[in-house]
Amino acid sequence: MPKDGGIGASTKRREDVRFLTGNGRYTDDINLRGQAHAFFLRSQVAHGKINTIDTSAAEAMDGVIRIFTAKDFEGVGGVPCGWLITDKHGQPMQEPKHPVLAEGKVRHVGDPIAVVIAETLDQARDAAEAIDLDIEDLPAVVDMKAALSADAPKVHDELSSNLCYDWGFVEENKAAVDEAFASAAHVTSLELVNQRLIANPMEPRVAVGDYDPWNDNSTLYTTSQNPHVIRLLMGAFVLGIPEHKLRVVAPDVGGGFGAKIFHYAEEAFCTFAARQLKRPVKWTSSRSEAFMSDAHGRDHVTKIELALDAENNFTAIRTETYANMGAYLSTFAPSVPTWLHGTLMAGNYRTPLIYVNVKAVFTNTVPVDAYRGAGRPEATFQLERVVDKAARELGVDPVELRRQNFIKADQFPYATPVAVEYDTGNYDATMDKMLELSDYAGFAARAEESKKRGKLRGFGIAHYIEACGIAPSNLVGQLGARAGLYESATVRVNATGSISIYTGSHSHGQGHETTFAQVVADMIGIDAGQVEINHGDTANTPMGMGTYGSRSLAVGGSALVKATNKVINKAKKIAAHLLEASEADIELADGKFTVAGTDKSVDWAGVTLAAYVPHNYPLESMEPGLEETAFYDPSNFTYPSGAYGCEVEVDPDTGEVEIIGFTAADDFGNVVNPMIVEGQVHGGLAQGIGQALLERCVYDADGQLVSGSYMDYAMPRADNVPNYTVDHSCVTPCTHNPLGVKGCGEAGAIGSPPAVINAVIDALQRGGHSHVTHIDMPASPSRVWAAMNAK
Amino acid sequence: MYNFDFVKPASVEDAVAALSGDEAQPLSGGMTLLPSMKQRLNAPATLVSLTGIDALKGVCRDGDMLVIGAATPHAVVARDAAADYPALAELAGQIGDPMVRNRGTIGGSLANNDPSACYPAAALASGATIVTDKREIAAEEFFQGMFATALDEGEIITSVKFPIPQKAAYAKFAQPASRFALTGAFVAQYADGARVAITGASENGVFRWSEAETALSSNFSADALNGLAASADQMIGDLHGTPEYRAHLVGVMTRRAVGAAH
Ligand SMILES: Cc1cc2nc3c(=O)[nH]c(=O)nc-3n(C[C@H](O)[C@H](O)[C@H](O)COP(=O)(O)OP(=O)(O)OC[C@H]3O[C@@H](n4cnc5c(N)ncnc54)[C@H](O)[C@@H]3O)c2cc1C
Repeated sequence: MPKDGGIGASTKRREDVRFLTGNGRYTDDINLRGQAHAFFLRSQVAHGKINTIDTSAAEAMDGVIRIFTAKDFEGVGGVPCGWLITDKHGQPMQEPKHPVLAEGKVRHVGDPIAVVIAETLDQARDAAEAIDLDIEDLPAVVDMKAALSADAPKVHDELSSNLCYDWGFVEENKAAVDEAFASAAHVTSLELVNQRLIANPMEPRVAVGDYDPWNDNSTLYTTSQNPHVIRLLMGAFVLGIPEHKLRVVAPDVGGGFGAKIFHYAEEAFCTFAARQLKRPVKWTSSRSEAFMSDAHGRDHVTKIELALDAENNFTAIRTETYANMGAYLSTFAPSVPTWLHGTLMAGNYRTPLIYVNVKAVFTNTVPVDAYRGAGRPEATFQLERVVDKAARELGVDPVELRRQNFIKADQFPYATPVAVEYDTGNYDATMDKMLELSDYAGFAARAEESKKRGKLRGFGIAHYIEACGIAPSNLVGQLGARAGLYESATVRVNATGSISIYTGSHSHGQGHETTFAQVVADMIGIDAGQVEINHGDTANTPMGMGTYGSRSLAVGGSALVKATNKVINKAKKIAAHLLEASEADIELADGKFTVAGTDKSVDWAGVTLAAYVPHNYPLESMEPGLEETAFYDPSNFTYPSGAYGCEVEVDPDTGEVEIIGFTAADDFGNVVNPMIVEGQVHGGLAQGIGQALLERCVYDADGQLVSGSYMDYAMPRADNVPNYTVDHSCVTPCTHNPLGVKGCGEAGAIGSPPAVINAVIDALQRGGHSHVTHIDMPASPSRVWAAMNAK
Repeated sequence: MYNFDFVKPASVEDAVAALSGDEAQPLSGGMTLLPSMKQRLNAPATLVSLTGIDALKGVCRDGDMLVIGAATPHAVVARDAAADYPALAELAGQIGDPMVRNRGTIGGSLANNDPSACYPAAALASGATIVTDKREIAAEEFFQGMFATALDEGEIITSVKFPIPQKAAYAKFAQPASRFALTGAFVAQYADGARVAITGASENGVFRWSEAETALSSNFSADALNGLAASADQMIGDLHGTPEYRAHLVGVMTRRAVGAAH
């Protein structure tokens, strides 16, 4: 049994007390003395030439302090992109400037044109309406393939075309892959859309810029998943403020899902304007604004082909994907369809040859970037759909076709043909577990029973792999990242034994304040209540890269273990001195240092007190104090995997899909807090089911955002999701981090969409609609009905 | 939101007087009006609140009629109409979420005549009478296409009179995002025949499906609808469904309503 509050205990989340009682402190709760309000005037057209912006009438209005336009940002850098992709010809991607406020042209609905700063938000809004804009409409490009035609209007006039890059991976394998297809016994191909999504965290984005002219210090309070990254990008590339004069604080953050990783123009703007005006400047996004200014996710159009030999072994995979970048390159956008997607195309299988081609395209739409899973859901969806389709075409059991091609438990470490090496895994084990928990054997009887009620029942399977715990810095540097991806922790032991942790990770719903404390408490053997986790403020946390890519525990937790071990090592030296014993004989257990084989001991607080009140202390050989910092740079990704089973009923009269059951059997390696892990899986599944059945961001041909509110953008609600069966008892610990953990934050969103769609197709096929081999997401009632009734 | 004046009269007369002012607009539950004001799509100079007028509130039986005050919230209809007109109460209980049901009102819904709203189907299928401060308007004449009604400037609905049917039901297929009706069918059987009103589907707003009415008037059963199909002509097509899909749902939902009628 895990020690209460230690590793393995389902400790309740300590942060929930303040969240659930309305006592969280979010960025919008911050109101500084003398604060002015910013309102962004945004483009209502997708593409247009800015002829004039006349602010004179607006400037004269009540309460207006100042109006900013692009000309105020001459000499200020654009919003930078953090990842450079090299195309299949060895050339760098096309990288357009992303100005803080639109310069010369507007490129998507929502592109900021001017900002009014006023005493109140309403005054700023009133004045914004009085700005006289002369914008000449230009034809918009929305469809990616159309955007690449020779006569397409260009989103960026200074670029040669709307193609950001044409990436081939692994380019050297292409000929061999083509050959494998030529000699294949069977080829299954599938064209599909991984639709554009809007993350919609519950808390919209907020930025408050503050400036202290007497010390020349700037502070930005912002809704970010990674305050240090924002400080680096904004300070160094946009505003030219050195780090020691810039503090970024991300306090309680109400969900991110990726959309709060990126550095946004509004953050740079508020920081800049506060310096100009010597007053705090606050911007709070409205929900409508969020729809057209938060980075969107996914938006891939893909053709995937799978080659098999006569024994049904996978011999090659070939894909061609169009990936929408939107109008500008958001911070990590270029990496999502490439390194976060191409490297996952082996899935759980031994396919020896893989070639992935990705064309990234600029369009007059909101920029697209990482969203829960980022590239890995796109990879998993195509792969698990095409494998399912192949099984159907070949008339073999989809479970058996997967098993036959699985990388087997004794084949790890396994180097895939797409440049990654899986350290551990046991895919048969998770598959078995899922089939058992979902009572797959009893499915036929349940389908019969559904039929009696006039419903079509189907069962869908998906098995996923993801690469988490990003990432080895030297590797990602070679791949084009303009940042390292280590993590950091400072363990500050206080004189009476309590511990203050400062982590470079950031928690915006993940529960770090609970789990990180469990880790440290467990290592030392003290009560978790003695450990406090601090995060989110660059003024007191060591440089860290923040939270995304399921990396917090695998990378940030590892840094924490390293720093705690340093603390323990020093504490043992102090204990050895106090106990007049050799350091090698000191053992730490249950918060007590003992001389091995004796009953001589000193407790944790005795040692910590000695460190800070060093009366009896080896001052000649050791510094007083007990505080250590560690940086951890992982040597590999971690590879969580799992088997998902989804059971649906389709109403043939309306095409409505109901999820009857959903089973997730995940291998996350070791688990620190099972309750929190389950919560993460539940949330991921809800988002994946949302993508599979409900969510879809739609632009019309003119680039107007049709799904611009919750009236048309369908978020999953409680009654859209079933009671999940979630299991994480299949454990193959990660081999290269100290906790043996893999990461669980994105799994649900990665593995569930193909499981749901496979289930829908299964239901329709069993129900006699054998012509339906694919339905694009979301499988809305109207789409399912149309597919069933297509001739 | 722009600035506006706010008055909360206690009588219909005072409300009507206040509404004669420049750019005055009635405010009932505010569930539709306030969001459009917050988005600055609507800018009345004066809001005349109707929810302080007792005469506009409540559900009461008057012979073979159920009379509902215009400012009665959906939640109250769901509770107080249950005994006399269960299908109407069930419809009210399916509108929006608890906040919408406790603020939004029948008068606001009918005056707004959203093409996807639920109450218009009940009013039309019941042959209801919309009572205003000046006159009585038959539902047939009241609904005049998407967001359009027979109401004059400054005229307010005071109550709605629903003839109570022998049996009735509302079958709603929810639009996945808004959960308004993607297509809803209200079916009511009266001594002189059956009435069927469809909401959510047509570009012309709520309408009566006369072929189905004829079929059901001679045989009030789902089977009577076999072979009947609504035309996709003039049906709404949007990201949630094509005109063909909506036309198909008209048949499905009508059949379901007939099956559920009680
Ligand atoms: C989240 C949400 C979900 C919803 N879901 C549904 C649904 O599923 N089905 C459905 O049918 N509706 C739905 N609605 C709409 C809801 O029923 C509204 O309450 C209703 O449409 C308007 O009623 P109200 O009392 O709020 O009117 P208000 O918003 O106050 O007014 C609406 C309009 O009617 C006018 N008006 C109000 N009262 C009168 C009167 N007595 N005489 C003349 N004019 C008047 C106002 O001036 C205004 O133009 C939903 C609304 C929301 C916000």
